[in-house]
Amino acid sequence: MTPLVLTTFTAVNALGRGTAAVLEALTAARSGLRPCTFEQVSLETWVGEVAGLDDRNVCERLAEFDCRNNRLAELALEQDGFAARVAQAREKYGPRRIAVILGTSTSGILETEHAYQQRDAQTGALPASYRFATTHNLYASTDFVRRYLELEGPAAMISTACSSSAKVFASAWRLIEQGLCDAAVVGGVDSLCRNTLYGFASLDLVGREPCRPCDAQRGGISIGEAAGFALLERPEQAAPHSGVALLGYGESSDAYHMSTPHPEGVGAALAMQRALDRAALAPATIDYINMHGTASQVNDSMEDRAITSVFGTHTPCSSTKGWTGHALGAAGITEAVIAALCIQNGIRPGCLNTRSIDSSFTSQVLLTNQSGPVQRVLSNSFGFGGSNCSLIFGAYP
Amino acid sequence: MIELWIEGVGIYAPGLVGWAQAAPVLAGQQPYAPVEPPKLAPALLPADVRRRTTEHIRLAVEVAGEAVQHAQADAAALWSVFATSESDGAISHNICEEVAKTAPEVSPTRFHNSVTNAPAGYWCMAVQSQAPSTSLSGFDVSFGAGLIEAGVQVCAEQSSVLLVAHDAPFPEPLHRVRPMSALFGVALVLMPARSARSLARLVVSIEPTLHALSRMPDAGLDGLRTGNPAARCLPLLVALARRETAELFLPYVHSQALRVNVQPV
Repeated sequence: MTPLVLTTFTAVNALGRGTAAVLEALTAARSGLRPCTFEQVSLETWVGEVAGLDDRNVCERLAEFDCRNNRLAELALEQDGFAARVAQAREKYGPRRIAVILGTSTSGILETEHAYQQRDAQTGALPASYRFATTHNLYASTDFVRRYLELEGPAAMISTACSSSAKVFASAWRLIEQGLCDAAVVGGVDSLCRNTLYGFASLDLVGREPCRPCDAQRGGISIGEAAGFALLERPEQAAPHSGVALLGYGESSDAYHMSTPHPEGVGAALAMQRALDRAALAPATIDYINMHGTASQVNDSMEDRAITSVFGTHTPCSSTKGWTGHALGAAGITEAVIAALCIQNGIRPGCLNTRSIDSSFTSQVLLTNQSGPVQRVLSNSFGFGGSNCSLIFGAYP
Repeated sequence: MIELWIEGVGIYAPGLVGWAQAAPVLAGQQPYAPVEPPKLAPALLPADVRRRTTEHIRLAVEVAGEAVQHAQADAAALWSVFATSESDGAISHNICEEVAKTAPEVSPTRFHNSVTNAPAGYWCMAVQSQAPSTSLSGFDVSFGAGLIEAGVQVCAEQSSVLLVAHDAPFPEPLHRVRPMSALFGVALVLMPARSARSLARLVVSIEPTLHALSRMPDAGLDGLRTGNPAARCLPLLVALARRETAELFLPYVHSQALRVNVQPV
C-alpha cells in the first residue's frame, strides 16, 4: 500500500509528558507503574496513572468538555508541539480536509461514576451539574480534540476495546486513499475509572504486582491510562516529517470468545499476516515486534504462538506494558508512538519487570533493551470481542 | 466520493419489524403504527448465548442477520462496521450502579459485554467471521459516521461490508440526560460492484456547504428519525422502499451533511 508518514506524534502516559519523557524512561528501564491509590479503589494492584490530571481543567472555551479523559487528551495535544504542527497542516489543507479518527474504550465514564455516587436519595436523579454528551458519550473526546484543533474533516470515535487506537490508522489510511481528506489526526485516549479496574478484576485478569509480560510467573495486567496522537500525511506533502511511516495494517476477528483470545492465536496471526501482505514485506524484514503482551496468561501464550507461526523463532519481540501498563483503548497509539521512537533511536526494549521467560514460549522474547538500527517494527493490539489489529511502521527518510 | 451497491436491508424498530413488513410502510402504501416490536430473539444466537446478551446486542445481531439473508451474502466473508451512539446503556447503568458501592462486585459477563464492540464480537462468533470489524460512534450522527467508514472500506479495500447502526433507549437515570424515544436497528449489505442482487446504487459525498437535512413525510416516522441516532438513516430506507431515484441529505459530523444519491436498479 501507499505509505503515510507520521508528520509528528506525541504521547502522555505513566512515563511522563511527551516523547522525550517516554524515550528517557524506556532507555533508563524505569517503569511508570505504581501501587493503585486511584479514587479509593479497594483492589491490590498496580496502575500506570498519569500525574497531575486532578489539578487541571480543560481550556476555558471548551469547559463543558472538562473530565479526566479530555484533560488527558488536552495534555497530550500540548506536548511535542503537536497542536502547532496540526495548525500548520490546517493552514495548508483547510480544516475540512483533515480527519480526526480516535479510539477509546470507556471515554469519560468516570464522570458518570461520580454522578452515580451523588444520586438524589429520593428520586435517584443524577446531579444537575452532570454533563453526558461532552464526557461519557463515546464520541466526546473526538469532538473535544477536533474542536481544540479547529478541524472539520471526517471524524469518528472507534471503540473496539484494546485495539481501538490501532485501528484508527487503518480508517485514516482508507479516508486519505479514497480522497475524503488529505491528512488525519489519529490517536486515542483512555483514562482510569472504576468500571475497568473492577471489571478486569471480576475476570481475574488484574495482577497484584507490576505486570510481567511473557514471564513464567506472570500474574495479570496492570491497568494504565494514556493519550497519544499522530498526524498522518502523504509523504510528498509532509515536510519536514518524523522519518517514520505507516507501511501496513492488518485487521481480523477471532470469532472465538468475548473475553478470551483464541488459544492458538489464529486471529492474531491473521492480523499480522494481513499487515505483512498489505505492506508487501516478508516476515524477515521486521526488526522488532512490539507485542500486545498484557501479562495475562492466555494473551501472552497465544501471542507467542501466533508470532512463531508467522515469523518463526528469530524476530526480537517484547511488550512495553511493564513500563506504561495496559492503556486499553489508548494502547494502540501508545505503542505506535513507542514503535516510532524505536525506529528513530535504534532501540529494542526488553520486557520490563520480567524475570524468566515462560519456558513454553518459542518466539524471541527480549528481557533487556538492545540498541542497533531498527528499520521496521510491527505493533500488535488485541481486544475483547476478538478484535485484532497489527500495524507496521518503518523508517522513511 | 464513495460509490457502492446495496444488496440487503435489515430493520427493527417500533412498527418496522423486518424489511418485508417495513418497506410498504416506508413507501407510504400502509400507515405507520408505532406498535411495540416483539421480544428480540435473533435466530443466529443459540439460546444459551442469547441469555448472556442484552437487548443492545440482540438488536444488532437481529438486523445484521436479516440484511445478510436478504442479500444472500456469505456472512463470514463480509467485513463489518457497527455504529452506535452510546454503546450499551443498560450495562453502563448496571456497572456504574455497582461501582458506586464501597465493595463493588461487577459481573464478569456484564463487563465483557460492556465493550462497544460486544455486538460485533457476538456477530463474528455467530457467523464464524474472521474478517475485519470496526465499531464506532459519532454521537447523534453515528449512522453517517458508520456509512463513511463502511463506504471507504467498500471503495478503498474493494471489500463487501455489512453496516449495522443500532441504539436502544437508556434506563433511568441516564435516560433523562440522553433521551431516546425508541429502539432502532438497521443493517445494510454494501458491495463494491453491481450484481444481479443489487437493489440500488449509492453515491455518497460530504456536502461542502450547509444543507437542509432530508426528513420523513410522516410525522410519526420523522419523530422516530430524530428520536434515535440510528434512525437518521430513515430517508435512505424510504428511497429504497419506493425504488425511486433520490437525492438525500443525511446528518454528518460538525453539522455537515452527507449527500446521498440513490439510484434503484
